[in-house]
Amino acid sequence: MKALYFAWVRERVGTAEEELNPPSTVKTVGDLIAWLRERGEGYAHAFDKPAAVRAALDRVHVRSDASIAGVKEVAFFPPMTGG
Amino acid sequence: MARVRVQREDFDPGAEGEALARGRTDVGAVVSFIGYCRDEGGSLAALELEHYPGMVEEEVARATSEAEARWPLLGATVIHRYGRITPGERIVLVAVAAAHRGAAFAAAEMLMDYLKTRAPFWKRAIRSDGVVEGWIEAKQEDDRSAARWSASAD
Repeated sequence: MKALYFAWVRERVGTAEEELNPPSTVKTVGDLIAWLRERGEGYAHAFDKPAAVRAALDRVHVRSDASIAGVKEVAFFPPMTGG
Repeated sequence: MARVRVQREDFDPGAEGEALARGRTDVGAVVSFIGYCRDEGGSLAALELEHYPGMVEEEVARATSEAEARWPLLGATVIHRYGRITPGERIVLVAVAAAHRGAAFAAAEMLMDYLKTRAPFWKRAIRSDGVVEGWIEAKQEDDRSAARWSASAD
C-alpha cells in the first residue's frame, strides 16, 4: 500500500510518500504504527506518542483499531489546523 | 451541489457570495465567512499551509453533505488556500445560501468548525525575524466547537 506523511510526521519520517509491505500479522492502523516504529529512529520519533498522530485510510479519517485489509492508501498526520 | 476549491490563489469573496444568489428567486439569505491571516501582534511574517490533495476535497464534500442533510440549503461554496499566506491575506471562504438566514448562519458555522478540525490542512508559522516557528498546534476549543454538530450531541 502507499503511505503518505504530512506536516511534522513527514519531517520526522524523512519522506512524504513510500510503498509499504507490512507482514500479514499487521491487521490494523495501530498494528501498522507499531510496525513502522521499528523501522528506524525517524519513525520511532514520528510515532513516539501514537495518540498524537491521526490516520486516514483511502482518504477517510479512521481510528487506530480500523482494519487495513484491502486499503490502497494510508496517511499519517498531526491533528488538523486548517481554517 | 456544493462547490469546493483548494487553490494557491486568492479569491473574490463578494463575487463568490453573489454567485450563489444570481439568477434565482428562491434564495433569501447568503451567509459568508472569510478567514484572514493575522500577524499575532506583529510576530508572524507568514503562514505556510500544507494539505492532503484529494482528501481535502472529499472531506469538505462529506461535511457539506452533512450540512445539506441538516438544513434546507440552496447552495454552498468552500474555498481554502494553501501555500504561503501573509498577514492581511484571505485564507478561507465558506458561503452558504438558503431561503432563510437561520439555516444559512448555522450551516456556515458548522462548515467552518468541520474545516478546522477535519479538513486535512496544517499550518506552519514563520516569524517576523525569519525563524520557522514550527507547526501550529490544534486547539481543543476547535474540537469542542466541532463536537456541537456531531449526531451524539443533538
